[in-house]
Amino acid sequence: MPDSVYLDHAASTPMRPEAIAAMVPFLAEHPGNPSGAHGASRAAKTALEEARESVAALCGCTPHEIVFTGSGSEADNLAIKGAAWAARARDGGLDRIVTSGVEHKAVLGACERLEREGFRVTRVGASTAGIVDLEALAGAVDEHTGLVSVMLVNNETGVRQPVDEIACLVRERAPGAVLHTDAIQAPQWIDFAPVVSEVPLVALSGHKFGGPKGVGALIVRDGIPLVPLVDGGGHERGLRAGTQNVAGIVAFAAALRITHDRRAEETARIAVLRDALERGFADQIPGFAVNGTPDARVAGILHCTFDDVEAETLLVALDQQGVMAASGSACSSGAVDPSHVLLSMGMPRRRALSSVRFSLGYASTGNDVDAALAIVPEVVAKLRAG
Amino acid sequence: MARVMVMMSGGVDSSVAAALLLDAGHDVTGVTLKLWGGESDSGCCSVSDVEDARRVAAQLGIPHYVFNFSDDFDANVVAPYVDAYASGETPNPCVECNRTMKFGHVLERARRLDYDFVATGHHARIVETAAGPALARGADPAKDQSYVLYMLGPDELACTLLPVGELTKSEVRDRARDLRLRTADKRESMDVCFIKRGGREAFLSARIERRSGPIVDQHGEVVGAHDGIDSFTIGQRRGLGVAVGERRYVTDIAAGTATVTVGPPVALLQDRLRLRDVRWTQPPRRRPISVQFRAHGTPAPATVDGDEVVFASPQPRVAPGQVVAFYDGDVCCGGGLVAE
Repeated sequence: MPDSVYLDHAASTPMRPEAIAAMVPFLAEHPGNPSGAHGASRAAKTALEEARESVAALCGCTPHEIVFTGSGSEADNLAIKGAAWAARARDGGLDRIVTSGVEHKAVLGACERLEREGFRVTRVGASTAGIVDLEALAGAVDEHTGLVSVMLVNNETGVRQPVDEIACLVRERAPGAVLHTDAIQAPQWIDFAPVVSEVPLVALSGHKFGGPKGVGALIVRDGIPLVPLVDGGGHERGLRAGTQNVAGIVAFAAALRITHDRRAEETARIAVLRDALERGFADQIPGFAVNGTPDARVAGILHCTFDDVEAETLLVALDQQGVMAASGSACSSGAVDPSHVLLSMGMPRRRALSSVRFSLGYASTGNDVDAALAIVPEVVAKLRAG
Repeated sequence: MARVMVMMSGGVDSSVAAALLLDAGHDVTGVTLKLWGGESDSGCCSVSDVEDARRVAAQLGIPHYVFNFSDDFDANVVAPYVDAYASGETPNPCVECNRTMKFGHVLERARRLDYDFVATGHHARIVETAAGPALARGADPAKDQSYVLYMLGPDELACTLLPVGELTKSEVRDRARDLRLRTADKRESMDVCFIKRGGREAFLSARIERRSGPIVDQHGEVVGAHDGIDSFTIGQRRGLGVAVGERRYVTDIAAGTATVTVGPPVALLQDRLRLRDVRWTQPPRRRPISVQFRAHGTPAPATVDGDEVVFASPQPRVAPGQVVAFYDGDVCCGGGLVAE
């Protein structure tokens, strides 16, 4: 039995060894700033641009359409604020933003900020299956809409959203609008290049697919105007000033390459593990329910509710047995708030506070599942007994 | 060795409490309570205090968790606090938090998670008596907090540890400095944790409709006007806005008519006090004991008969809703709340 059972890959994955190997030379050997004019700078610049080309090839876009950022949240913020500000500058009537209630807080927070600046924000709900309400979205998108933002894969339930249909809908109803998708949970599970061909703004984050923390990317398709969040030396096509995190970006590219190459095999393997975990819980735990429709769920996520068990207590009890899972979205203090995603899906608050996410990743093994099945049902039964 | 869940507020007392429990050989886990998620997030549950607690736990090498009790806190502490002011009372929210949250919800969760004890950084002690464990005053008379824990009886105290109660405040700080804890010189929180700088009146006026009314003297003559009874407490002298010859104190607050009565100091004195929710945590004492009705007030000799306190000599009036704690020597035997 392993000492620790890491089932929180949707929060962060361990780095892939290939990504670590790729980044080390740029920490240990190459001091150059990629913007400089000498040999060391050229080495850094070459590595940076090779990484950009590699990422672009995997995303189905051109290298100059890749903007590296300091995180996925920053990529979301650049997309949302940048596009909303640019739309309004172009046409003062484009002051409407449409998003969903199940978005990551990076998206919701950026929209709240814009709302305080006078933008009108509509947040459409989701079905109990976890899928964004397309009818409501269609009703909300109009000629005043400057930006639509809907995620590709939900970070809590793992439910894939119909972003391609949303792209059609936006094209029909809001010719002046730009569509953004937070695709941060997607790369491990989905070949998202087809999405990039439909959606002009796509946010990614390195540490969700075996890359390092502190590196994100925003795909900005040609001709999409954005106002930058950080001004300065014109880095990243003037969209994100600041010396690039060369080592991190190189590792991001290496991790995305490996993830892409092994996606089919890893996804199939992890789906089997996740299904075994789900079946085991269902067999052993009464009052157990899965959240998010299995029809549209990515392979690694099992989000579930244990009736009459406080998730916060369960997570402590599991942590003490070495099982690491998550609930809702941790706020900055580390406290567990009821998940806004579940609430947006119409789940009662009490059930939302009894819900936990187990997320597997490329590093998960059958031993992890066996250990979780040996520990979780027992802990749940004990907590219920008082 | 016992399994102990220590509540760490991010202050120096609970930091040292955790350290002392470790020294005693216990298996210690730190928890910080997120109690208030509202806009006044300034006090004991602010992010920086959580961070202090987390860092101290890491320095000590113990696990640390944050428990989000903001829903329960709102229902059990904040709402009754607002209601009490609306009805002319002066509540003590820290006491309600101790009763319902720390020694209610947290204790229950600790039991559920198989902990043997909960612990806090309160300056009070637990002593053994013939009637089981009893709460006693802390070793530092200036910092004694037994008053805000008066409701703890043998059931709660049997699974509670109060390690810093044996130390003076300066010993606590010395200990924290020796351990290089980042909370060693942190200033004490004095205010109600869920009220930010805007103060009580701003907090209340956002939640209850303030009713203006007259200020009258002890003969019923109108001597002024006020914007809301929640601005007043019995015994208050400042901020009355009443200009009369001698010093005037609030002697009565009538919520029904929004009338505040003021009078000379002598009108504040009383020789009896009616209580509600009296709880004896020790066998009731018939003989004279001492009764404390402010957090750091001097106790007064009195006898308690049912829900009535009879003072040996007249005492200043106490606002309804305030806590009255009973002491037999250093041992807290229970208490109650001042009735209308």
